Amino acid sequence: MQTFLGIDYPTLWFLVVGALFSGYAILDGFDLGAGAWHLFLREDKSRRIALNAVGPVWDGNEVWLVIGGGALFAGFPEAYASLFSAMYIPFILFLGFLIFRAVSIEFRSKEPMRWWRQVWDISYSVSSAMLALLLGVVLGNVLIGMSMDEQFVYTGKWIQFLNPYSLLVGLTSLSLFMVHGAIYLTMKTEDALFEKISRLLKRSIFVFTALFVVVTLVSLLAYPHLTDKFLSRPILLIVPLLAFLSIANVPRLATKGKYLRSFIFSSLAISFLLIIVAIELYPVIIIDKGSMVNSLTIYNAASSEKSLGIMLTIAAIGLPLVLAYTIFVYRTFWGKVKLDEHSY
Amino acid sequence: MDVEILARLQFALTIAFHYIFPPLSIGLGLIMVTMEWKYLRTGNKVYETMTRFWTRIFALVFGIGVATGIVMEFEFGTNWAKYSRYVGDIFGSALAAEGIFAFALESGFLGVLLFGWNRVSSRVHFIATIGVFFGSLFSAVWIVIANSWQQTPAGYHIVGEGLNARAEITDFWAMVFNPSSIDRLTHVWLGAFLAGAFLVISVHAFYLLKDRYVELSQKALKTALVIATIASLAQLFTGHRSADGVAVNQPAKLAAFEGHYPENEPADMYLFGWVNEDKQEVKGLKITGGLSMLIHFDAKEPVAGLRSFPEDERPGKVNYVFQFYHLMVAIGILLIAISVFATIQWWRGKIFKQRWLLWVLAFSVILPQLSNQLGWFAAEMGRQPWVVYGHLRTSDALSESVNSGHVIFSLIFFTMIYILLLLLFFYLANKKIQKGPYEEDESENRLMLKDIAEQFEKRNN
Repeated sequence: MQTFLGIDYPTLWFLVVGALFSGYAILDGFDLGAGAWHLFLREDKSRRIALNAVGPVWDGNEVWLVIGGGALFAGFPEAYASLFSAMYIPFILFLGFLIFRAVSIEFRSKEPMRWWRQVWDISYSVSSAMLALLLGVVLGNVLIGMSMDEQFVYTGKWIQFLNPYSLLVGLTSLSLFMVHGAIYLTMKTEDALFEKISRLLKRSIFVFTALFVVVTLVSLLAYPHLTDKFLSRPILLIVPLLAFLSIANVPRLATKGKYLRSFIFSSLAISFLLIIVAIELYPVIIIDKGSMVNSLTIYNAASSEKSLGIMLTIAAIGLPLVLAYTIFVYRTFWGKVKLDEHSY
Repeated sequence: MDVEILARLQFALTIAFHYIFPPLSIGLGLIMVTMEWKYLRTGNKVYETMTRFWTRIFALVFGIGVATGIVMEFEFGTNWAKYSRYVGDIFGSALAAEGIFAFALESGFLGVLLFGWNRVSSRVHFIATIGVFFGSLFSAVWIVIANSWQQTPAGYHIVGEGLNARAEITDFWAMVFNPSSIDRLTHVWLGAFLAGAFLVISVHAFYLLKDRYVELSQKALKTALVIATIASLAQLFTGHRSADGVAVNQPAKLAAFEGHYPENEPADMYLFGWVNEDKQEVKGLKITGGLSMLIHFDAKEPVAGLRSFPEDERPGKVNYVFQFYHLMVAIGILLIAISVFATIQWWRGKIFKQRWLLWVLAFSVILPQLSNQLGWFAAEMGRQPWVVYGHLRTSDALSESVNSGHVIFSLIFFTMIYILLLLLFFYLANKKIQKGPYEEDESENRLMLKDIAEQFEKRNN
């Protein structure tokens, strides 16, 4: 099997997909989170500022989903096909909310009527929250696995995606994104609105921490396969420790008014949590919950080595470019939001 | 209804809707680059104003393109799992390249293009505009390559058998440059340029009819007309090359295009007609031996007709394929006629004096959209019953775990959302167009004076 720096190609691509999903969670995470807060803001001007804080970037953030989904399709077509067809309803709903959200952002500020703005505000906020929730629900299902036959075809019922554990993971993701979104908004707002969001931030950190503790306990007790690797190799526990420290740093820095650093730590926390997921799963992508024999791993789900080699070359050339101009764009729009003639 | 029909309906709905928008972004991208380049070269503010105006329309088009594009990517997995397993190894590299080189480039620079006017220098802004345009061009490259591979597979081998069979890549560049890639890509690009150019032509012709923004609209219309004329003429060439390619690589599709049934006889070319699929014959106005002439440069040379292929290996809806193909060609010719005629009138200094011509131009926006859609319908329905030509049947490509109930739900759901999205598009585009190219602060005074001056000028003439 071909390797690069001693790592085989499927593992490398697993890392690429992981990095892309992690980038997506960090980026779209804050704008979905900001959207979920939308209805907590009362005044029209506050809502406009919050909307325009994500205005120039939400489109670009969603492109990470396109690329992440493409990378999964490209590298692990079997896993992509099994997961997406098994999770048919949640993915269709996800697509629907994604479009509703885009429509709401565009429609909202176009007419001055109160009812008009209220309708789109609700639609924007609810779809943002539902997207965060659905992402978590799908993640929850990936964590506990699903039943598949030897062709890796899903054999469960369509409604099984709505199980308690996945809903719990969904709520945890939603609260994490809301923390993340609130910190982003504190960087982008001033005065009374800033004060208000700072207060909301503190409450949401509390909610997230509580949910996170519950998920961890449930995983330990009910789903031993999600913790066995950490228990057998205690050195790996450094990752949950780092995740914990990052999360703890978020309110500490926020209280001191260091919002940028706080944002960096909430981004790191998201990454570390996804690394925990990756460690737990690797080398499996989707666990066959029924007989346990038809699990999809990065080896039996992967494209050929030749194909992976080509894609890794493309990624090696392309990713530095993407990073370079992403940083350029964010630098261009650095600072607090000022509404001008180009605003939503 | 069975899952196959429903899934195909859903795919047709979502892809046809999606395909209104990316061609517009590609075409508008080219126009924005041209306009902004003229601004940088001449320093004439009017070109800056029109560039800004069209960036605002572009943003709307791009946004809907992204939203409906994500649907397409997910749908491969949700509805066509077997297809995804089959082609994943081939499409993998094309998709990876598309994501990294096209989408990221396009959306990365879009923020600067839209919101960066007051934040970066005009030169940097121009680079961002070019970045967005190239991003949109590249996005067409990889998806058209993937689709062309489905039409004319190359650079692969099949591993596994029966249910486990799938295509694996053997030669990346042979896959990229498969026999139909280049012809189809250029055909798609030019179709996109036409979509963008005719939108610009249409909006500015509308302004001219209303005597609004006269100087700006004349300049913008001429800029777009140059692009439209070159693209519509060039389309004749790429269209012909595509048809030649189909003749060699997908003879059953070509036979369906012209409703040619006999096994080995010279084939005619129809200007218009109607295929009777039961009697296996076509009635209509034809050039005898025209198709043979087109392919072999000899009207007597036989061409393989539909009956040369087993019944389960030829396109089902021959009359639809025939009609879509012929309408596309007819509209293509009409676009040439319109753009060439308008150019001649421009050269004679009469283009803005003939109101009927401006009316024609104002309504012409629908034509490239129609021919783009019809062309794809002909191409995709002509490939049936295959999803990967000669290898994987559409009926074998579905998701095994998805039933018709699921698809009915999503089909209704998407139909509703897309109606909303289409209303949004018309509402916002109309609002932006009615508001005009000048932004509020500068428009009031300057514009009023300008319009008054123009009215005076008219009277004096």
